[in-house]
Parts: sequence; structure tokens; C-alpha cells
Amino acid sequence: MPNKYIPHTEEDIREMLDRIGVQSLRDLYSDVPQEVVFEGEYSIPSAMSEIELRRHFKELGEKNKALTVFAGGGAYDHYSPSTVAHLLARSEFYTAYTPYQPEISQGTLQYIFEYQSMISELTGMEATNASMYDGATAAAEVMFMMVASSKKKNRVLLSSTLSERVINVVRTYAKFHGVKVSLIVEKDGVTDLDMLAKELEDDDVAGVILPTPNKYGIVEDFTGVADTIHSAKGYFAVFADPSALAVLRTPSEWGADVACGDGQTLGMPLAFGGPYLGFISCNKGMLRKMPGRVVGATKDADGKRGFVLTLQAREQHIRREKATSNICSNQSLMALYATIYLSLLGKEGLKEVNVLSADGAHYLFNRLISTGKFQPAFEKPFLKEFVVKTDLDIDKINARLLEKGIMGGLSLGNGLVEFAVTEKRTKEEIDNLVELMLED
Amino acid sequence: MSKILDDLRYAESHEWVKLEGDIATVGITDYAQHALGNIVYVDMPEVGDEVEQGEDFGAVESVKAASDLISPVSGEVVEINEALEDEPELVNQDAFGNWIMKVRVSDPSEIEKLLDAAAYAKICEE
Amino acid sequence: MKTYDKLIFELSRPGRKGYELPADNYMTDGLSAIPSGLLRETPAELPEVSELDVVRHYTNLSNKNFGVDTGFYPLGSCTMKYNPKINEEVAAMSEFSSLHPLQDVKSAQGALELYWNLQNMLANISGLAEFTLNPYAGAHGELTGLMVMRQYHLSRGDEKRTKVIVPNSAHGTNPASAMVAGLEVVEVKSKPNGSIDVEDLRPLLDDSIAGIMMTNPNTLGMFETEILEIAKLVHEAGGLLYYDGANLNPLLGMVRPGDMGFDIMHINLHKTFSTPHGGGGPGSGPVGVAPHLVDFLPNPHVKKAADGTFYVENVDDSLGSVSTFFGNFGVMMKAYAYILSLGKENIKNVGPIATLNANYIKESLKDDYLLPISGVCKHEFVFDGLKDKSTGVTTLNVAKRLLDYGFHAPTIYFPLLFHESMMIEPTETESKETLDDFIAVMHKVAQEARETPEEVLNAPLTTIVRKLDETTAAKNPILNYKALKDSEK
Repeated sequence: MPNKYIPHTEEDIREMLDRIGVQSLRDLYSDVPQEVVFEGEYSIPSAMSEIELRRHFKELGEKNKALTVFAGGGAYDHYSPSTVAHLLARSEFYTAYTPYQPEISQGTLQYIFEYQSMISELTGMEATNASMYDGATAAAEVMFMMVASSKKKNRVLLSSTLSERVINVVRTYAKFHGVKVSLIVEKDGVTDLDMLAKELEDDDVAGVILPTPNKYGIVEDFTGVADTIHSAKGYFAVFADPSALAVLRTPSEWGADVACGDGQTLGMPLAFGGPYLGFISCNKGMLRKMPGRVVGATKDADGKRGFVLTLQAREQHIRREKATSNICSNQSLMALYATIYLSLLGKEGLKEVNVLSADGAHYLFNRLISTGKFQPAFEKPFLKEFVVKTDLDIDKINARLLEKGIMGGLSLGNGLVEFAVTEKRTKEEIDNLVELMLED
Repeated sequence: MSKILDDLRYAESHEWVKLEGDIATVGITDYAQHALGNIVYVDMPEVGDEVEQGEDFGAVESVKAASDLISPVSGEVVEINEALEDEPELVNQDAFGNWIMKVRVSDPSEIEKLLDAAAYAKICEE
Repeated sequence: MKTYDKLIFELSRPGRKGYELPADNYMTDGLSAIPSGLLRETPAELPEVSELDVVRHYTNLSNKNFGVDTGFYPLGSCTMKYNPKINEEVAAMSEFSSLHPLQDVKSAQGALELYWNLQNMLANISGLAEFTLNPYAGAHGELTGLMVMRQYHLSRGDEKRTKVIVPNSAHGTNPASAMVAGLEVVEVKSKPNGSIDVEDLRPLLDDSIAGIMMTNPNTLGMFETEILEIAKLVHEAGGLLYYDGANLNPLLGMVRPGDMGFDIMHINLHKTFSTPHGGGGPGSGPVGVAPHLVDFLPNPHVKKAADGTFYVENVDDSLGSVSTFFGNFGVMMKAYAYILSLGKENIKNVGPIATLNANYIKESLKDDYLLPISGVCKHEFVFDGLKDKSTGVTTLNVAKRLLDYGFHAPTIYFPLLFHESMMIEPTETESKETLDDFIAVMHKVAQEARETPEEVLNAPLTTIVRKLDETTAAKNPILNYKALKDSEK
């Protein structure tokens, strides 16, 4: 019987069964109707030793191809200092549960408090929760927050310049929950603010979600937007790239009430789509409607500083069907990831990451335009991601790049291609990319 | 033993109401504040909101519990107790002295459906 | 080390740095192309610290934590089993961690094969047709599963099924998930042993019922012996059965949810399949369904072509998407490694040994602690506080005293069916010796409660911080460093 994960010897089992007063392990299931007892064998492989398991994973790994990435689309190839992974491997962090017993969970509680503080610095908003699953689900929860805060209104406006993947998830949540979602069309690659103002006239809009940067990488200008939304008694949410907020105008500076987004850009491995994290920040006025866990500072019986989960009376385990969300867990370990990353990069480093990425992106943009084969898709400012137009067969080019170990720009259809550049790319890689694209 | 005042009417959901003219003052009972423990937040309606007898008009939160506030009367909210925004613990100190909202009632006869002190006392004993 | 009490912000010195980036040789100023009105006005006050500052700080914080690697973690309904180390290592392999979710599937065949293999293994273990691995956590799986339930009814034009039956003993997440999915919750009463009262269920079943959500074993750790009758009644009424996989562990090797009549279920990979809880996540909540519901699963679907290659497809009948990409792929890798490590020979022992451990503790402690329900339990059970109610010592006090003795506390005050609930789940990875140590300490605490109650009432006495003031924290929330600094002025 013993296995490296199940330590019981035959003798242990015998003694334990005696204490319980039954004859066999099977007797412990005597209450299970015979018809549902599983008598067969699972069709899974036989136990693998570590040596075999490593070999299996190596074989699977060889069927993947690590690429030099020039695409974004919601997942960006940023660099993470090796310190982050080392500290994340401390099992006191990763083998802990949610910090329900604060006296023996101060490590988790404190890093969540630090995480909240750092995200609040980036968004400019007072309150941040302990993290959500990803950016798209965070946006869906923000939709619910705005509807709950506005009491009787049940329509939310999304800009069509939000990532399509975010819109899809928000729409799924909205469809089942019964929230009405309307899309604001795009004009020249940015949100059509005239249409936004018009939609707000109907007086049934709980809130609006706008992106920065948007799905084309464009940094949109939201001057006056907050006033327009607020005068219609709606809430204003900004879906933001938290890394870019080191340099871009913040949701708070735009006058937003709530911010959300995906934390993947804070150095998280691409990892085929996850785990990443979602974040939500808001001003005090919406705090009680914010879902998820929140850590607060307090003092212990001796007056010593300590941290606890707070505002728990909002949560599902207490409010049940009256809660504003069903979320229980967060992406705690990824919040730790973001916290350590932001500690290392700090005030100057995160800016530098953006400068390097933006410089690389503009360099690639200029190179592409100068070939004469590509034209700007929009005359709008961008940071690290941008779209160009071309008559070249982009699928064919991308297939050729793949052969050379390069992930080229994402094809958006109609000759539009979207590239992203991070601080991990070099000038040489960019020159090489442009050359390979023009071969033929 | 919780305090119950004789001159008030009560809802089974532990709200009290005092009707003066067409203005009803509403709060939660001493029994309710005891059951909740340290109150940390009172979610109040806004002035101008319409409330309905038997419907939610807010919530009271303690550290690890929350309870909906059910309106014992119908009408328009004319005032809320703003002192509770900063000092929700006032409800613990004196549940009858610290009301939550005042409502201009649309149907004063509704109050007849509520419990009197003796009937409410019985509920609290159960 | 235990006295370390700094925040990372308090180590910050202007100009200090913990990073190095390559030189910028682009000769292009990207930011200057952005109008200044679109740029941030005041800098984000992130810490300025050295790499060693960061390493020491977070190492010290880790020392203030208790994890499964620190000691026994008998947290009921959370299945805190050992998190194997090889899983961490294979999950970090760069051949997977560097994959962009949108890269050509031709260059990600290994990842897709893993996804496909794991969804098939889970389907086989559960007795269901197919799984999606996209949901991020248990609660997210519940929500996704309920969306499948609604999508099924809607696809048949049956729009009046807007209610879901949930036992009053259920995890709080169940009714909350139902609310988010737009379903109205109808509570069905439990019998004293936590089982669903079939007589109470019968009249609730009409054509407005979309289905029922259940755990089995239930939240008291008792098997629902009338499950086949319940399944028959719900199906006859046109409803579907949802299985909350939070309590799946004791069934491994013994019972498959699909065989009990369940149509939809979620699994918490971070419970049953050993992936770490990570201090609250990331988890993973795969959702499995019976054959007639496969097309309703969320997009994207991962499929295998006739030529043996794998591809990604968006299915028209799908309920939509619930995740940006494929869910928490890194977590799936760990669960996959765990299943392969145990293999078909050992995985079937997981349920029985988890059940053995729970019953062993229960029988060893029932003299000192009040056991409201007798009989064989499954992977967990509930005490209603100390047997001797005259000491004034509550379940909270016992829980805090356990911390002094180096154990994590059980789940307390859940389920709500008892006033002093103490829910204990040992899991199969704990040895008899560990259980004996825990049992001895639980007896000792009961003895202290009788003889020196002050010690228990004031617990914990030896932890890094003592009892924390949660009332003030909730009344005047201090949620970031700036607010904390202001409050300490």
C-alpha cells in the first residue's frame, strides 16, 4: 500500500481500522449504494517514477517551440528578474491556504497589503482588492460593481476598443446575470466619444468601461469623459495595463471611479495563458461593492501592527446569494509575484521598462513604414503595441517567421497586423524580423 | 435580556418603527444589535429613495455577519441618520436612540400589520 | 526573525535599485511621441530597494507563514494535502512557461496534448464525457457549470427554468454562484445529518427548476445515501444535477459522480489533485459534463484531429468564454504530474485512506468533543465544540490554542447547522503518527479547558502577533501603505 504520497503501512491501517471498529477500508463505504461503487479500473497510465515523469514532460516539451515574441494581444513577453521565481518557490508561501488564521498568516497578509498598496499607487485609487482571476473576469466583476452601486440601472457600456477577449467574457457574465451590455463603436481606432455621450442620454447607464492602452495599443484621450459620464450619474471604469501606468495618465487622473486590468504585464511568464492575475482598484465610495478579499492593517492585543482580512461581511461565505460576487479565492501567489516584481523594479525601473518597450516599438514601427510595404493603420499615439496595414500575405509571412523561431505580429484581418515589443527584444532581433518579413 | 420599548411597533425582521404624523422613524432593535455584535457599517438608503414594506432598504454589517434591513413601512425616505456613517457603533450603544431612516409613509394603515411590543417580545424569546 | 516587522516601503531609499536593464540603443524616443496630456502627472511611489533588501524582506515574511510544509493543516472542506515538489519543477519548465497563448497551435502541440490528456483523465475519473479546464477556481467552475445548465435549457427554448435548488447546508459559494449565473436559489432542507430531505425536495420540483447543486459527501462529511432517488426525481422533473467537487477526495477509487447521475461537475485541482493553494490561489476549477452537454462548455475547446494533432476551436453552441485564454495552465501541469505520479494503482487508494484518517481522528476524539452525528464519515467530519459546555471555552478558543501547539486550526463555525462547528479534514497524505500527535494535543486542549481555561481563552500566546482587532479594521479600513502611514502619525 505505501506510496510516496500515501504513507500508510498495512499495520497502520489495521490499527486504525480497529480503533474505528470496522473490518476493512471497504466497510468505511458501507453506506454507499452498491450500484454506484466503482468496481472498474481508471484508464490512466501506471504510476510513473520521477525519472519517467521528467522524461514524459521533456517529450511533451519538445513538441512546443519557444519563440521570439513580437505579438501581444493581452499577453506580453516582459522580463522578470530571477529573484522573483526564487522567492516564489518558498513553500511557506505557496503551501499556505487563504489567511483565515491571521496569527500564523502574517506573511501572506502583509504581502497582499503591499500588493494593494502598489496597485493603488499605479492606478491612483485608494482601495485595491487582493486580486482576481484575470483581467477579463475582473472587468466582468467591475460591471457588476457598477450595476450594484447604481442600484436601479442595469445597462453597461463597453468600448469596442477593449480587447475582444475581455468583451467576450464580460458579455458571457452579463448574458446570464441579466445585465444589458452595449458596445460603443470605434472611430479611427479609438472610442467614439460622441456615441458615448449619446448613449448616456438615455439615463439607464450604470457605468462605462474604457481601455488604456486599447486593443490596438493606442493611448486614448479621455479628456472630459469623466464629466460626461458622471453628469449622467454613471460610473466610469478604466481597463488598464498596470505596467504602462508607470508612465501613462492613470485612471484616477482621468477621473475614473474604478480601475481594472490584467497583471500579466508585471513580468509574469506567458505560460500559455495563465496563471496571471486580475486587479480591481476603486475609490472609497465603491469599496463596499468591490468583490474579493481585502486586507487591512490593524493592531494586536499588545498594540503591535498586524494585518487581517477585512470587510468580510460583503463576501459570499457570509452573504450567500446576496453577495455581489461568488469569488472566494484570489490569485494570491501571483499577487506575490507582482509585489516582488514591483519591489525590484521600483519607482524608476518600471518606467524604464516602459521606455525601452516604447522605444523598441517605435523603432520597429518606423522601420516597417520606411520599407514602403507598411502604412500606419491609425494616426494615434501608442506605447508598446501598434497596428500597421499591408498588402503582403501576412499569414504566409508568419508561417515563414515561425520556421525561424519567431512569433510575428497578430493578423487582425483586412491587412491589419499588430506588433508588440517589450524590453526583452533587441535592435538586432527587430532588424532581423523586418528583413525576414520582406524576403520573397 | 434585550430592551423592548412599549410605544413602538416592530417587524419580525427586528426593525422598530415610530409613527409621528406621516413620518415614520425606523431603526433596528436592541435584540438585533446584540445578535450582530460589534456593528462596523450601516448601509443606508439615500434621501429621496422609495422604500416598500417588506423590501430591503439597506444592510447592517458586523465583522463576520451581515443582515439586510427590511423596511417596515412604505414611502419616501426624507432623512437618514448621517451620524452612523462615521460611528456605526452608536447602534450598539443605543439601538432605539439611534434611528436609521425617516420615511414619509404613503399608507399609515400599514403600521397595523406590524407587531406590538408584547408580540415582538414573544418572538425574541423563541 | 519573528520580530521582523517592516513593510517593503519602509526599506525604500531614494535612488536605490534592485534591477538592471539592457542599454537603450534605439535612438528613438517612444514616449515623446505621446502627447504629454496622456502621460502620468505624478510618479507612482513604488519602493526603491536593493535586490538583497527584497530577498531578505520576503524571506522574513515567509517565516511568518504556516503552510502544509510547516505542519498539519486539518482545514475542513479545503483538502490541504501535500503538494509534491516534482510538480512544481515540471510546471516551471521553460518549454511550457514561455509559450504565448496565441502562438500557432503547430508550435504548442505539447501544451495542447497535456491539456487534452488531463481533460480526458478527469473525465474518466469522474465518469463524465468531457471537461473544460478553462475555469480558474472552484467558484469559477461552479459559475461555469451553472451557465452550462442554463445554456442547456435555453438551447431547448425552455426559458422558464430559472431556479436552482441548493441545500441549506451548502457552501456559501453555491448560492452566490447561482445568483451570479442569474438563477434564483430555492433552499431544500437538510435532515439532522446534513443529508437532503427527499420529502422536502419532492414538492419543489416543477418546471421552473433548472437543476440542483449538491456535494456528496455533504458538508458534514456524510454520504448522501438517497442520491439515486434524488437523481431520478430531478431528472424526471426535467432538471440537471450539479456536483460540487469540493468534496471529491474521498470518492477517488470508490465512486464516480457521473455514475451517481450527475450531469455537470467541477473539480478543484488545488484540493483533490494536490496543486498548492498558494495562499489563496491560483487554483483551477475544471468543469465536466455528460455527453449531451459537451457543446455548451465554454470556448475555447481543445480538440484532437484524426491525424493525432491537437487544435483549438470555438464551438457555436458554447455558453461563451469565461477566461481570457485557456485558464490557469500552469496549475493544470501540476495536477497532470500528480495523476501520472500516482498512476491507476495508487490513485484508487486516495479516497479510502483519506476516509480512514478522518474516521480515526473522529473516533479518537469523540470523548472530549461533541460529535453531533455518529456513524462512518467520509473525508471529513464536524464536532460541535467541546463536549463539556461548562468551561466557557468556545470553538474559536480551541482553534487559537491549536496554533500555540504548532497545528493549523480546523475550519470553524461552518457548517452553520451547529453553533460551535469545528470541521476536520486530515487528507490521505498525513501519517498515523501525525494524526496521533494532533489527537494528543486536542485532548490536552480539552483538559486545559477544564483545568486551566484562562490559557485557552487567551490563546494564542506564542504566535508572532496575538489576537488582532478586526472590528477597528472593518470600521476604519486601512488598505494601503499611505493610509497606514497617515494613521500612525
